[in-house]
Amino acid sequence: MSRLSSPFLPVTRKVSTIMREVLLALLPGVIVYTLLFGTGVLSNIAIAVGTCLLVEAAMLRLRSKPLRPFLLDSSALVTGILLALSIPPIAPWWIAVVGAAFAMLLGKHVYGGIGYNPFNPAMVGFVVLLISFPVQMTAWPPLQPLWSAPATDAVSAATALDHVRAQLGLQRTLSEIRGDDSIGLFGASGWEWIALAYLLGGLFLLWRRTIRWQIPVGLLLGMAAVALPFWLYDSDRYASPLFHWFSGATMLGAFFIATDPVSAATTPRGRILFGFGIGALTYVIRSWGGYPDGIAFAVLLFNICAPTLDRYTQPRVYGHGRRETPEP
Amino acid sequence: MNPYGKIVRDGLWSNNPGFVQLLGLCPLLATSNNLVNGFTLGMATVLVLLLSNTIVSAIRGVVRHEIRIPIYVMVIASLVTIVELLMNAYFNALYNILGIFLPIITTNCIIIGRAEAYASKNPVRLAAFDGLMMGLGFALALILLGAMREVLAQGTLGDGLHLLLGENFKGVRLTVIPQYQGLLLAALPPGAFIGLGLLIAGKNWIDARMHSRSVPLVQTAPAAG
Repeated sequence: MSRLSSPFLPVTRKVSTIMREVLLALLPGVIVYTLLFGTGVLSNIAIAVGTCLLVEAAMLRLRSKPLRPFLLDSSALVTGILLALSIPPIAPWWIAVVGAAFAMLLGKHVYGGIGYNPFNPAMVGFVVLLISFPVQMTAWPPLQPLWSAPATDAVSAATALDHVRAQLGLQRTLSEIRGDDSIGLFGASGWEWIALAYLLGGLFLLWRRTIRWQIPVGLLLGMAAVALPFWLYDSDRYASPLFHWFSGATMLGAFFIATDPVSAATTPRGRILFGFGIGALTYVIRSWGGYPDGIAFAVLLFNICAPTLDRYTQPRVYGHGRRETPEP
Repeated sequence: MNPYGKIVRDGLWSNNPGFVQLLGLCPLLATSNNLVNGFTLGMATVLVLLLSNTIVSAIRGVVRHEIRIPIYVMVIASLVTIVELLMNAYFNALYNILGIFLPIITTNCIIIGRAEAYASKNPVRLAAFDGLMMGLGFALALILLGAMREVLAQGTLGDGLHLLLGENFKGVRLTVIPQYQGLLLAALPPGAFIGLGLLIAGKNWIDARMHSRSVPLVQTAPAAG
């Protein structure tokens, strides 16, 4: 028997531990979201998670892989929840089914299952839904806090990002819009609190070292770096960085979606660039693109770039020269 | 094996231009958004490929090797022009829908590929038959992909048939899924890529099954890992 010798590295954590911590970190966001928008959030989560698990099991069967270890690693659970959190709470039930099935089939198992997918599966499902069913996917309900009397059933309202976009198109200025319903104190009305809850969960993940700081910080900085000059130039036509941070899916994207360990960049500098690029691109899509929010598209586009970013940002190995380029 | 049998097998299945050689992807992906468009472009390609293979084979004795490619391209371009003018005259609506994808049949790699790889080395009858079968193989890919995308995107089959068969057929179509919401993705460019990928996967799956049936099983125990 050989004697153990240093260096002793800590045991890397298992996929299931990481995924369970992500679930725990999502909890405050889910609670606030449900309180503000009603129980549609929970039924979406149930449907999406159920479909994800079913499709995962079916694909594992088809590929003759063992069911238990892959089903119990909770990765399908996380994909389902992230997808469910991105679709409107009043969307018909089949939206979540179609999205979850696409996420697992075309986002994950076509490439070989967990660890091999180049794209974030939840965002693949979301983008398929968004471009296939634009009507259902952009019908967001107005705020319907659980404690208030139920208003008329399932009326859709513009989200803050939609609203700002539409009103700016009508030549109104941001200072005129400020009093409108969908604009909150510092972000989108209602959404700012959900975003704060996600931020709380994200800080928990940072504290647990489940995610590294580079991607979330890079993303928020990237968004601010583009938003700030425009806002300083003309604060009536361009929303502030703070508004962009606390509206749409910025916080969810920064801490939970862009940080997917499989599809994101993995080197320290690569992660910063990855996050920065997503943030900047999201701002560009929000301001000048065809869709109100751009996190999903930005994440998918930078997923493609991740291998290249990793290739050119390899940390220098101690004892090797700086100019030596790594072999491909 | 009978050369004609082999040509049929190669063109339609084992060396299918759309599913195996992956040639001519540009028109294949762009015009397969429904059955009628796919069928029409498929038939235009069959016609051009049949005639180009015939002519290239017929002139193979007199064309100098050094300048063969420009000669082939001129032959193909003339044929495409003929097909294009015919379609403009008789199927004007479809001609407008297919747009640029008719003239660029000229640059479709299958046509120059078959001219170079087969027609320039084989007698006229075989070359013509090869052109027909390769064209039909490509048309098959277009028709399958077009039908699949149309069903997924609109829930119908054969929409726009009157553009091909005349005004009497206006509104004639097969409703596969009634009251269908429509998966818009299937009609958009990503739907073409995903659909083609799925069809290729399906073909490979069938091949693998046929192969595992024809080879006697020596070892029945499941492989480890």
